[in-house]
Amino acid sequence: MSRRTSQGASTNRRHDFGTRQVRSLLVAVLVTATAVSAPASLPAQAGEVVTSRNVTLEERTRDVASQLRCPVCQGNSIQDSPSELAQEMKGVVRDQLAAGKTPDEVRQYFVDKYGEWILLEPKASGFNLVVYLLPLVGVLVGGVIIWRSVKKWTAEPAVAEGAAVEPGAVDRGHAP
Amino acid sequence: MNWKRAASASIVAVPIILLLGYGMTRDPKEIPSPLPGREAPAFSLAVFAEGVGAQRRAVGDTVRLAEHAGEVVVLNFWASWCLACRDEHSALSAVSEAYAPKGVQFYGMLYNDVPANGTRWISQMGGQSYPSLEDPRTRTAIDYGLYGVPETFFVGRDGRVAYKHVGPISAVVLARKLDSLLALPGPSRPSGGRPVGEPVGEPVGEPARSVAVPRAGR
Repeated sequence: MSRRTSQGASTNRRHDFGTRQVRSLLVAVLVTATAVSAPASLPAQAGEVVTSRNVTLEERTRDVASQLRCPVCQGNSIQDSPSELAQEMKGVVRDQLAAGKTPDEVRQYFVDKYGEWILLEPKASGFNLVVYLLPLVGVLVGGVIIWRSVKKWTAEPAVAEGAAVEPGAVDRGHAP
Repeated sequence: MNWKRAASASIVAVPIILLLGYGMTRDPKEIPSPLPGREAPAFSLAVFAEGVGAQRRAVGDTVRLAEHAGEVVVLNFWASWCLACRDEHSALSAVSEAYAPKGVQFYGMLYNDVPANGTRWISQMGGQSYPSLEDPRTRTAIDYGLYGVPETFFVGRDGRVAYKHVGPISAVVLARKLDSLLALPGPSRPSGGRPVGEPVGEPVGEPARSVAVPRAGR
């Protein structure tokens, strides 16, 4: 048993050694490849920086646009709406983000123009809290109703059975 | 015991029914505008249809809202593809002509359309007494919180949006609103920038009726 254990440990050590070797080899290859290709890849990296900036702007635009309601479709965000007004509004979002405004400032611009209606998710403050709290209250009230109903349904048959059992039978059950 | 159940059910059901009832009285397409009472968004737009008479502006001229500090300005957003805009065109043209001597300036604001179509439409409608401006990329329309056409904004002498009318507007409503704005005192500052005064009084006029919205994916 102990020999088998020591054999297993030895196999594991060999396995660990092999993995370590492969890992070291891979790291060496990667470092060499990076060192060799670094000068050639510099212009490409510069290009990638510009592209990634655009991607970030586009992602931020999408993020803000998906939170704003389309005035034409009303059920859709300006991100999802194909209407021209929604596309122009998305352009305003993009322009304002590119000009350095924060997503909150962009959202506030649209709230100033269209009111809070423009936000697909209303702010969780003031009267709007009802929207967020009402479902929770509903779930709680529903839970209490279900709990009480289930308790009642499960309790009633037990009482009925108890009433049907003769007192003598119960006494017999408790007798030593 | 039953009355307790009935009371519990009523406590839950009555507010829901009242809420639904309140919802039924409201038009889900009508968007409440936060603009009335606030300073009118500034714009600088080019004229593409010159108008006639006292309000005439040459095609290509740049119109700035700031030029009209201390005056009542009416901005009517419209488009050649908007059927409801046809209903209000004659009223706007007639009232604009009648109120020009009182210092009221009307502007048509082309929305989501090209000037060539706008010019053709004005010609088909028998002309327009006031100039129309093009709004590239609908930036000014978005600045005014527009969601369809026609929509008409009344800017008071204090430079604030006094009223927004959604849907075609009648001559009676136009005249009533303009009279109420002209009756208000002018800005306290004689010149220079947008005067800031108290918000104008409660707007008068008919409630909004209908509005043509551009078709999705046009």
